[in-house]
Amino acid sequence: MRVKAISRILALVVPVLLSLNSHAFAVSGKEEAPVRESVTAAAPAAPATVATSAAAPAAEGEEKPGDVIMHHILDNSTFAFEPFGEIHLPHLSVGGYDISITKHVVMIWLASAILLVVASAAGASVKKLSARQAPKGIANVIEALVDFIRVDVAKSNIGQGYEKFLPFLLSVFFFILVCNLLGLIPYGATATGNVNVTLTLSIFTFFITQVAAFKAHGVKGYLQHLTAGTHWSLWIIMVPIEIIGQFTKPFALTVRLFANMTAGHIIILSLIFISFILKSYIVAMAVSVPFAIFIYLLELFVAFLQAFVFTMLSALFIGLATAHEGGHDEHALEGAHH
Amino acid sequence: MEGLGYLGAGIGAGLAVIGAGLGIGNIAASAAEGTARQPEATSDIRTTMIIAAALIEGVALFGEVICVLLALK
Repeated sequence: MRVKAISRILALVVPVLLSLNSHAFAVSGKEEAPVRESVTAAAPAAPATVATSAAAPAAEGEEKPGDVIMHHILDNSTFAFEPFGEIHLPHLSVGGYDISITKHVVMIWLASAILLVVASAAGASVKKLSARQAPKGIANVIEALVDFIRVDVAKSNIGQGYEKFLPFLLSVFFFILVCNLLGLIPYGATATGNVNVTLTLSIFTFFITQVAAFKAHGVKGYLQHLTAGTHWSLWIIMVPIEIIGQFTKPFALTVRLFANMTAGHIIILSLIFISFILKSYIVAMAVSVPFAIFIYLLELFVAFLQAFVFTMLSALFIGLATAHEGGHDEHALEGAHH
Repeated sequence: MEGLGYLGAGIGAGLAVIGAGLGIGNIAASAAEGTARQPEATSDIRTTMIIAAALIEGVALFGEVICVLLALK
């Protein structure tokens, strides 16, 4: 048990340690190389005393912690498997648009592939069961999550006709969950820590919400919703607010998921870099490693929580859009108050 | 004078966290009280709590994103 824990700690810390000392980033990135050289060239010439402390690591061939952290967070086209070398992904461009396959794209594909395999295996094993048997193994895990999303998220927030939206909500939940968890594996990258990915996911929510509102109320009812049921003299204020409100919801979804996933990684890396900035083994043992592990475990929880929150809020927005005034008797939560 | 951007980013991040902490703390306190008074409503209270906390957190994260942009500019 203890050996297992130590090996996990090493798996977490070693890649970062190795990547710190390697020149791989500068050699691989064509744009980065000149910048680095200019930094090292400028360092001895810097006259100010303040600059020497900042320039000292650069002169030794290391990088500033901030640069390394940003390199880990941002998207690029190199998979660095540190001690074993690295994989360069091809550059593609069609009609002047850069559509090269990047690290996050590969992680999205990986997440989709994992989901396809796991979900179809679970589905196949559930189909084989008779009505009175309980599912076993992976199907049991998936069923617990699916049932949770179905009952506690979709049914309680959308109410009548929730079945239509269930495939979307389940897909989004499992996709975000797998993406979040893949980012916590060493050498992995968090695709949901990329604002483009989260924006795309919330645009899906936006369109589904709008279409559901149109279908539930018709054009007249949809326009009535924009007035929020107020007197006509207030429309000049209410209508712009309601229209902006339609767009802030998906924007908040975007930023929430993106910022949560990015912030966790920045915090873990920053905690590890404290020991490099202070150049002390005591700090590494007393602060960096234990706190980084604590934040890592917290991130494991956040991975589930953010997938749940995204799904829950999507369901809530759909429920708000499709709710009929006073038409529901069961769910007295947010949906009915609209 | 260039360091003032970093100063602003740091102070802004702290203020955003204070606001979010107070808000989510209030929600958690009320939820704990509500659960203690009415244990059968635990799951409803938890759902409402998570939604409200997520909304507050979203606003705080907007602030943090602005601070990060300031610090990285």
